[in-house]
Amino acid sequence: MSPSEPLLQIHELDARYGPIQALRQVSLYIDAGEIVTLIGANGAGKSTLLMSLFGDPRPAGGWVRYQGHDITGLPTHEIAKRGIAQAPEGRRIFAAMSVEENLLMGAIPVGMDHMDADLIKVFELFPRLKERRHQRAGTLSGGEQQMLAIGRALMSRPRLLLLDEPSLGLAPLMVRRIFATIQEIRDSGATIFLVEQNAHHALKLAQRGYVLVNGEIRLSGTGEELLADPEVRRAYLGGRG
Amino acid sequence: MPPIAAAVSTTGVRWNLVFRQAVLEATAAFALALLLLGPIVGLVLDGYQVRNELQRPLLIAAIIAAGRFLVTLAMHTPTGQTALERFNARRRQPGVLVVSASESDRQRWWLLAIVVVSLTLPLLASKYWLTVLIQAMIYVLLGLGLNIVVGLAGLLDLGYVAFYAVGAYGLALGAQYLDLGFWSALPLAAMLAALFGGVLGFPVLRMHGDYLAIVTLGFGEIIRLVLNNWLEFTGGPNGVSAPAPQLFGLEFTRTAKDGGVPFHEYFQISYDPLHRFIFIYLVLFLIVCLMVVVVTRLRNMPVGRAWEALREDEIACRALGINHVLVKLSAFMMGATVGGIAGVFFATYQGFINPTSFNFFESALIVAIVVLGGLGSTTGVIVAALVLTILPELLRAFADYRVFAFGVLMVLMMIWRPRGLIRPRRRAFEVKGLCR
Repeated sequence: MSPSEPLLQIHELDARYGPIQALRQVSLYIDAGEIVTLIGANGAGKSTLLMSLFGDPRPAGGWVRYQGHDITGLPTHEIAKRGIAQAPEGRRIFAAMSVEENLLMGAIPVGMDHMDADLIKVFELFPRLKERRHQRAGTLSGGEQQMLAIGRALMSRPRLLLLDEPSLGLAPLMVRRIFATIQEIRDSGATIFLVEQNAHHALKLAQRGYVLVNGEIRLSGTGEELLADPEVRRAYLGGRG
Repeated sequence: MPPIAAAVSTTGVRWNLVFRQAVLEATAAFALALLLLGPIVGLVLDGYQVRNELQRPLLIAAIIAAGRFLVTLAMHTPTGQTALERFNARRRQPGVLVVSASESDRQRWWLLAIVVVSLTLPLLASKYWLTVLIQAMIYVLLGLGLNIVVGLAGLLDLGYVAFYAVGAYGLALGAQYLDLGFWSALPLAAMLAALFGGVLGFPVLRMHGDYLAIVTLGFGEIIRLVLNNWLEFTGGPNGVSAPAPQLFGLEFTRTAKDGGVPFHEYFQISYDPLHRFIFIYLVLFLIVCLMVVVVTRLRNMPVGRAWEALREDEIACRALGINHVLVKLSAFMMGATVGGIAGVFFATYQGFINPTSFNFFESALIVAIVVLGGLGSTTGVIVAALVLTILPELLRAFADYRVFAFGVLMVLMMIWRPRGLIRPRRRAFEVKGLCR
């Protein structure tokens, strides 16, 4: 991996569900240590982008490079083993298992060696999870489940953390807490790709952002640039341009 | 139940309201009973004529109504109230679930008691009860095996009996063609069943829920039909005989075949045909104990957790770097292996097998054991297997109503214990360096 190469680079990625083209020539890059956000409306293809760089659906065209290696079309579990972790949309926690067991599941790609230390780290980041670690995960509140999904992703010691709408369905106070934690996670050395509809919070937090419209990247720039952009303000921030 | 809550005022029970409610409920019960029983009990087919015996349903309905009346009244006495409360409280699921240290200590004593009882029981039992016990143990083993597939991995397998058949025929045909004994056939039949598990596992990995159930159901039937129709190899409906086990070369027969020494002569005791069954029982019991240990350990290992996680959410599992193909396949093969072992014991204890022992009803019974036991709970599955095999024997006198009783049991279970007899507990993980 040459020093100038970004951590993750997506080049002219296409994805389709049958005859429907969900992504069209999407190109973006993420440098190590950044928080990069992708904003867009419902159905713009945000989740599809995350999933297809994770191998499901397999990209129909273009390529994805991670740490200098081509990972296009690898099976999902192979990609996860390379240090990319995902907190998927809708959290997808294991409801019948305890909070602790959910976290242990996240550690599978890296093995059992750092389990204790990593668990403690996650519990420091989310003290609520420590209180509830013996509880069935399905009994947690929405915000706690989101914490669990992020914590579970962190258990695999990812270099790149993909977060799919972590603010979905959460109360404003909880959203603020989750975003503060995302900042903390970045400060501890991970790179974050944040997919959000909550454009205001996401752009404030991120160094750079992309705007996805109908499966295409419409705009890109630093967080401040996008926040000030009239089109973004009109479409995503409820402003009057 | 809001009417009851309304009838209980802060100062105590308002009996006039309770009384009115009891009368209303009794009347409703009376009408309902009459409606249901009238045509069934009241009209008797006598030759070509239908005879009216309406006094019978009236009597039964009156008894039911009186019972309902008394129950309603009883529910408002202090004892009734507390019983009702406890019943409802038990249905509410607490969120916190740790197996504490003192609790697992107590469990250890229970375990010891159970092992002692299980080991002494066959020495006291008659031949009939010994065969019932062996049968029960075989179903415990089958339940434990299917529990891995259905309870833990969440893959509804309706053709589990196929692996049971593979194990049984593995012993019988292995003895016939390859001259294998019980002990050499046991691991080989288990491996053969695992292989079949793999063969079935591969094509069905993409399937979920209903589709998986149908394909496995078909697989079970295919195995049975092959066994039934491949006359030259399996003997078809005529079946094959299976060898009895030996203890280090000692046979459990009155006189030994070709120069062997029978068990009773070696130990210089009188011959008793029970020895063979006691021996099978003891070996089976050891295997069941071993299985319980293996399953318990697996559940606390990454692969066991992965099975359960896969049941919960397959997409999340894949995103966490779990190779879902391998995990599913391992569950299938592990379950098949246990089924195969159970089959070997079935064949050796029966001494003779034919395909009718491996029909769909067996699969359904094993699924029922797992579901009644509480999907995923080892203790629950063992209890359910014992109940479903021993209870029918105890109720021989009511043999005609066996399936009816089975149905009633199922309905009651789904109302009061929708998650099975014993809900699986989650084990706490010891984290070093974590302050509480």
